Amino acid sequence: MTGVPLSWYLILSAVLFALGVAGFLFRRNIITVFMSIELMLNAVNLSFITFSYQLRQVNGHIYSFFVMVVAAAEAAVGLAIILTVFRNRSTLNIDDVSSMKN
Amino acid sequence: MDVLLFLIFASIAVVCGVNVVVQSHPISSAVSLIGVMGSLAVLYLLLGAEFIAAAQVIVYAGAIMVLFIFVIMLLNAGGETRRGRSFLAQLLGVPLLIAFLGLMAYFVQQLFPGSPVVHFGAFQGGTAQAVGRALFTQFLLPFEVVSVLILIAILGAVVLAQKEMD
Repeated sequence: MTGVPLSWYLILSAVLFALGVAGFLFRRNIITVFMSIELMLNAVNLSFITFSYQLRQVNGHIYSFFVMVVAAAEAAVGLAIILTVFRNRSTLNIDDVSSMKN
Repeated sequence: MDVLLFLIFASIAVVCGVNVVVQSHPISSAVSLIGVMGSLAVLYLLLGAEFIAAAQVIVYAGAIMVLFIFVIMLLNAGGETRRGRSFLAQLLGVPLLIAFLGLMAYFVQQLFPGSPVVHFGAFQGGTAQAVGRALFTQFLLPFEVVSVLILIAILGAVVLAQKEMD
């Protein structure tokens, strides 16, 4: 039975991270930008789990568990901030939310 | 069998990941993101991380994405209006992206030459028992700190999202 090379998992992780970066940079909807951040966090988690398999240690699982917890906290606070921004400005376009620019 | 499962779910993850970025409507992006997370859970299982795979489905695909979809529906977020892209960007965008990803894959492959293969079931240390044992002995302090963090996040979300009472 042949297995999958470890580097394929890392390549998949890198590809997903690059897609997350692209979404973060190119999208204009604030919710989609936020989802791109979640995509990047997931890609990093896959790296952690892969190296944890390679080193035969459980530490990587713990780290990715903590990443999940922090992502949950971040999603709760971030979506609350998005709600507040929408309530004050009635827009979700990040180009229109630029009062700290000047 | 391992290779087949990896290829199927990795391609699902990549296709859904592309879909997250290119869909103009946020709800389509959210559903695609659930696809990414589900297929990543299967890959975690292949790597022997049973507990993390379950947590991925419950926490990420369950809780966080429901929160996202709630907010999308609450704000009635419509599709993004396409801005005009330059001719050069339309012509070169996709080939350059594919070239970049291929180059990245090449470099990762070069970094790990003759990398070991992943066999399903070769690593048994990812059970809930093993993770729990490490979490409550070696990582007890970070665990407690992160529980305080999530309490603060809940309070912050409530404070931020509440309606101002006059």
